[in-house]
Amino acid sequence: MSRVSSPTFRDSLSVSLTVGAYGVAFGAAAVANGFSVLQSCLLSLLTFSGASQFAVVGVIGAGGSAISGIATASLLGIRNGLYGVLMAPILQVRGLKRLVAAHVTIDESTGVSLSQESRGLKAMREGFWLTGFGVFLFWNLFTLAGALGAKAMGDPSAWGLDAAVPAAFLGLVWPRLKNTTDKTLAIVAAIFAIATTPFLPAGLPIIGTALLAVIAGLWAKK
Amino acid sequence: MSNTLWIGVIGTSVIAFALKFAGHSVPEKLLSHPLIKRINLLIPIALLSALVAVQSVTAKSSIVFDHRLAGLGAAILALFFKAPFPIVVLSAAITSAAVYNLF
Repeated sequence: MSRVSSPTFRDSLSVSLTVGAYGVAFGAAAVANGFSVLQSCLLSLLTFSGASQFAVVGVIGAGGSAISGIATASLLGIRNGLYGVLMAPILQVRGLKRLVAAHVTIDESTGVSLSQESRGLKAMREGFWLTGFGVFLFWNLFTLAGALGAKAMGDPSAWGLDAAVPAAFLGLVWPRLKNTTDKTLAIVAAIFAIATTPFLPAGLPIIGTALLAVIAGLWAKK
Repeated sequence: MSNTLWIGVIGTSVIAFALKFAGHSVPEKLLSHPLIKRINLLIPIALLSALVAVQSVTAKSSIVFDHRLAGLGAAILALFFKAPFPIVVLSAAITSAAVYNLF
């Protein structure tokens, strides 16, 4: 990373700031679900993958076991592995650098990097590192702010925090609903989760819908 | 409960990193099957939708319709009008808090 071309820098910074600011919602959600400020911050520092973090606090907060929380979060983290497959040949790093690269391999760093393709390999690498580190910095700062803010507020319901959490999930899933299969799956998964809640142990109604996704994937092939 | 939370924090973090690092280390062919790619796009849709549902209308193991549903309605409305993420979350929070405090 010697000299940074300015369009790549601008793309990375704007993504980092916007996405990092969502960290407020996560910090608040974690605290509203019973996690401490320290635990909320550790999730952002160590897990560093928004959807997985929201999932583990959501599942455990709803009374689910640690295992179902971890399993749900991990299923959402599989896509980061697929991003790693795409990024490894572009970054060409080994040793410690590869460990760091893996940690900041998320939707945004991969997305910005791939969008720099027309500017060449160097810009793709810069886009990855700048966005990865940028999101990491802002995501963690804003998580702390959100967690402290939520803690100061007290009763989560009085401030609407208990509704902000599902709204945040909805905001994450909405842009992914592109075709009929996606939309049908979303509705069926929601109905399945509500309908099985009185019968299944907490957490299972959520992770059980992963099976619906597999069925939908096989179905859509036809 | 506090053990559950810590196991959740540490377990999620360890697996999240393992998945990311595995991606950087395995040959591309292993994960590039079209069916795996398609299912991988669908899994977040199913899980996130289920989370929206469970967090909006259930409490412990019962189905409960309360102020949160009003908040979710506001979020859906905001998304229909293509509002950005912070507005979606804020409108849900404000609506839900209003219903909770007023009724």
